[in-house]
Amino acid sequence: MVPKKDVLLEVKDLRIEGYSDEQWIEIVHGVDLTLHKGEVLGLIGESGAGKSTIGLAAMGFARDGCRISGGSIEFDGMELTTTPEGDLRALRGSRIAYVAQSAAASFNPAHRIIDQHTEAPIQYRIQKRVEAQEDAMELYHRLRLPNPDEIGFRYPHQVSGGQLQRAMTAMAMACRPDLIIFDEPTTALDVTTQIEVLAAIRDIVDQFNTAAIYITHDLAVVAQMADTIKVLLKGEEVEEAPTEQMLDAPSEDYTKSLWAVRSFKRPQKERPTEAGSIPIVSVKNVDAAYGKIKVLDDVSFDIYPGMTVAVVGESGSGKSTTARCITGLLPPTKGEIQFNGESLPPRYQDRTKDQLRQAQMIYQMADTALNPKIKISEIIGRPAQFYRGVRGAELKNRVDELLDLIELDPAKFYNRYPPELSGGQKQRVGIARALAADPSFIICDEVTSALDQLVAEGILKLLDKLQEDFNLAYMFITHDLATVRSIADEVVVMQRGKVVEQGAKDEMFTPPHHPYTDLLLSSVPEMDPNWLTTLLEERGTDSIGEAANV
Amino acid sequence: MGDILQLVLKRLGLGVVTLLVISILIFFAVELLPGDIAQAVLGQAATPETVAALREKMGLDQPAILRYFQWLGGALTGDFGVSLISGERVSEAISGRFINTLFLATYAAVIAVPISIILGVIVALLRNTLFDRVANVVTLTSISSPEFFLGYILILYLAVKTNYFPAIASLSTDMSFGELLHRTFLPALTLVLVVTAHMMRMTRAAIINLLASPYIEMARLKGVPPWKVIVKHALPNAWAPIINVVALNLAYLITGVVLVEVVFVYPGVGQLLVDAVSKRDFPIVQACCLIFAATFILLNLAADVGSILTNPRLRHPK
Amino acid sequence: MSTFVIGYYALLIGASCLAAYFKKRQLFLLIFSLTLISFVTGIVGGVGALRFITVAAGLLALAAGVSYAFREFLIIIASDGVAKELRTAPLTAAFGMFVIFTYAIAGIFAPIIAPFGEAEVISSAFAPADENMLLGADQLGRDMFSRLIYGARNTVGLALVATSLAFILGALTGLLAATKGGWFDQLMGRVADVIMSVPSLIFALLMLSIFGTSLFVIVIIVALIYSPRVFRLTRAVAGNVVVMDYIEAAKLRGEGNWYLIRREILPNSTAPLVAEFGLEFCFVFLLIAGLSFLGLGIQPPTADWGSMVRENATLISFGELTPLIPAAAIALLTVSVNFVVDWMLFRSSGLKEV
Repeated sequence: MVPKKDVLLEVKDLRIEGYSDEQWIEIVHGVDLTLHKGEVLGLIGESGAGKSTIGLAAMGFARDGCRISGGSIEFDGMELTTTPEGDLRALRGSRIAYVAQSAAASFNPAHRIIDQHTEAPIQYRIQKRVEAQEDAMELYHRLRLPNPDEIGFRYPHQVSGGQLQRAMTAMAMACRPDLIIFDEPTTALDVTTQIEVLAAIRDIVDQFNTAAIYITHDLAVVAQMADTIKVLLKGEEVEEAPTEQMLDAPSEDYTKSLWAVRSFKRPQKERPTEAGSIPIVSVKNVDAAYGKIKVLDDVSFDIYPGMTVAVVGESGSGKSTTARCITGLLPPTKGEIQFNGESLPPRYQDRTKDQLRQAQMIYQMADTALNPKIKISEIIGRPAQFYRGVRGAELKNRVDELLDLIELDPAKFYNRYPPELSGGQKQRVGIARALAADPSFIICDEVTSALDQLVAEGILKLLDKLQEDFNLAYMFITHDLATVRSIADEVVVMQRGKVVEQGAKDEMFTPPHHPYTDLLLSSVPEMDPNWLTTLLEERGTDSIGEAANV
Repeated sequence: MGDILQLVLKRLGLGVVTLLVISILIFFAVELLPGDIAQAVLGQAATPETVAALREKMGLDQPAILRYFQWLGGALTGDFGVSLISGERVSEAISGRFINTLFLATYAAVIAVPISIILGVIVALLRNTLFDRVANVVTLTSISSPEFFLGYILILYLAVKTNYFPAIASLSTDMSFGELLHRTFLPALTLVLVVTAHMMRMTRAAIINLLASPYIEMARLKGVPPWKVIVKHALPNAWAPIINVVALNLAYLITGVVLVEVVFVYPGVGQLLVDAVSKRDFPIVQACCLIFAATFILLNLAADVGSILTNPRLRHPK
Repeated sequence: MSTFVIGYYALLIGASCLAAYFKKRQLFLLIFSLTLISFVTGIVGGVGALRFITVAAGLLALAAGVSYAFREFLIIIASDGVAKELRTAPLTAAFGMFVIFTYAIAGIFAPIIAPFGEAEVISSAFAPADENMLLGADQLGRDMFSRLIYGARNTVGLALVATSLAFILGALTGLLAATKGGWFDQLMGRVADVIMSVPSLIFALLMLSIFGTSLFVIVIIVALIYSPRVFRLTRAVAGNVVVMDYIEAAKLRGEGNWYLIRREILPNSTAPLVAEFGLEFCFVFLLIAGLSFLGLGIQPPTADWGSMVRENATLISFGELTPLIPAAAIALLTVSVNFVVDWMLFRSSGLKEV
């Protein structure tokens, strides 16, 4: 073990309370944490685990509406819970630094990047302005930012998200702190950008031997970054172990369940081969535009009954726009959508009730997909009532039947409102609403990405079962390749409004690929702690610089 | 810079169009008058001859469109026609009074703007303390009180009972500036009370809104001292909301001024307008309305242009 | 120094010591700053000023007591859900509800409460208060108190009607604009911009000069002037709801505009709209009072607070408080509504401001 004298941060029995509904409620229940000099600790947990709150507490900081209510936080011999605010402030930025999730929002739009960078070193009289600026450029070099001598003199909104995130890491490094808190620094980025930022962060932390707390919900990411991993659940520690050990042999059931999630996989189905079988949905040479900006360019693919087609791509690739074209929310400027071989009117307003009924949609954010002021029974019952004219006792039976299908107890949920439900339950209600219309085709728009992994797994299994029972066709929009692996039959890869590659899933996951598919596939972090290192070696360091300049 | 110029020009164009629409509204509203305008002005007792004479004087035999353009052209050169009651030129009746009104509004603004912005920032920093709650109650009370209520209270306590200030703000040409400030203090104070409360609340809301931004948290996590967080990180982004708050309240002063002028018998445009409305002296009503509306629109325009010019995202385009 | 002055300072200093001892920091700051202010005002204004502060403090305490009792009363008679909400009401909001309640009683039962008729001349002009006339007589010798009570009916009633009309007009167009979007939305937005670019009082004066000052005209004009405000707010609130996925889901299901407004949008917009109704009422009420004060609103002999101020204004120069009473009645109601609205806005915004 590392000798005691190297301990940098020691948190004992940390308790934090949050203010809601007129009272203080404990949200972190006695967490211990020890961090040695130069060590990287990964804090991992689902939403609501209290990761960020703990990370900020390590700086002696509590957000408005939160307070540290108990325990001790000892940083290099200083007890932070009793240190006066002025002395705490002197630590922040100089010895402990913070990297926020959204760099775009966390840089002040009114000042140039480099002026925000040099603010702390100048304030702490570590460097003069000119020196600090030179140092900033040096750090930009090391973080492989494009045009490192010039980029700092731009304003934040003039620089891309991935670059800003690296600039913020450089800013955190400005005073060469002993400890940096990384609060989900890559969550808002696309996978291909994420790689560059991860590599840059890891390099710089290594070079300066800085200790770090790396907060994330993504196991594969934390595996690349951390020496030790601590798993949190609802403000309590589940277990802590060195990364290798944690990945190979987790001891707690909860951790095992997190690891096991990615195991669900169902066999791939093949397209019907008999003559005369037609696709249920056929997208034919569709172009679409928002105003004058063209967002879809000659997109074509088919979806056959009972099959799942996954549409993958990064943000801005046009996958959601394609869905909007199919549903009729955004009429295509060219091309057409066919349903069962018949051409659909481009605008949903012009489609018949039956055409609308046949294609349903399940949304990413179950929170905004269900009207919070309408009872579950009405949300699920309305399509049946609207399309089929089902009323009275018959309607109640239908709702009960649907609730059974989505594995929610009708007696308990019939009269409840969406805000009383958990995320997974809401998503199930969303599925039931789609089923209530007796559709033959459902668009699933990132249905699992807002959910915690265990819950997401349940939703995927449910969707799979329903597909078997009702011979449903799914169009699965996702950026998560693990989801694609587990549920898709066919894959469509999109980039900048174009389909770059499509085909059966197994083919798509075996080389050779289109270069973009290759980039996309290889950029998805894997649970192997050496994955990032291996990948960077394979690509050669230069490719990162190139990718960054795209 | 091209973007900014374009935005500003667009906003200016919109302002001009709005002003035109308003002028049409003001002019043709009078045309909506049921029956004959001359008859309505003179009342039922008027002889046909006097009605005919008035019709001639108002140029009613010409089509309305033509009269509108004549009126608008006149208005642009400062000629608003002739009063129907006194026969005086409208421009002469207004010009002196307009300066008085402007003086009163400026007097109030000079006191109110700095006080309320400073107080607003302080209250925002002390949010959720007892001081903040007391300030909330006091400003709400002040906003809710009609101008004439505040005005009469001030008259009662600062003029009638104590004789510190005159109750009636009569002006004469040979007054010294100090004398002028003293005589018009009570009407100005009334306006200050109402406007300060509004401005304080809005400044508070704008600052609090801003303090919730992630970049303010980032600044605090960088160890920036609180005063510097406000001055260096919050203020540069707060100009747009503050400019808007100020403009909106200066515009509000215009409305408040009418009631206050009546309470203190102050010789301004507001008084003139109220008299003209009860006498149905349309040329004066139209002129006053156009002037008030134009000032209002100009202030809003200035605020919008101000926020465009201070927006860092627009000042430094990609 | 009189015993009053000694007692006064002893009480304040004692209270601030107690507050300091029990570590009630904010309370201490409040009481102690009051003490310091008292030193200054005591020196400048003498015992009179101190008595004034005492009376004011007493009145505040009385108001706080009444508000507290009224809130407890409401909590007891209300259903569980409402009672839970009411418990969060600050004293200011409870005070507001109490005043609104009182005004409503006065307005509804005006003929029973008022000792004399609305336009009944019962004594000489400006007669002072006696056992018959609680507040004395006005400029024509009518009972001031009775007219005040009737004023609650006339002034508040008129403002309520105008507000409701403005609200229905503005909210309906706002909801439709948000749901339909497109040219209708654009057009209505422009119209609202134009109406709002003329100061409201000025607009009202222009219209009144043309159409005269009948009640009907006042209601229509005031509603027209203020409906753009409601429109903008409704449009903004509904605009936030319309982008939700559940609206998209309903649209794709093929639901009509009316269903969307009634079942999907309206239930999610009620809280801000109710608060807006309160605010709107304050604006309308102040505008109508202002017009009446200028002699261009409700016409005599109808009792109305704005005109009562105007008619009795001459008394001010004799140091009389009487003309201030109807003005205070206006202010009190507006303050009260604002207090309640302030609480509701805070509730509906959640803990955003913490």
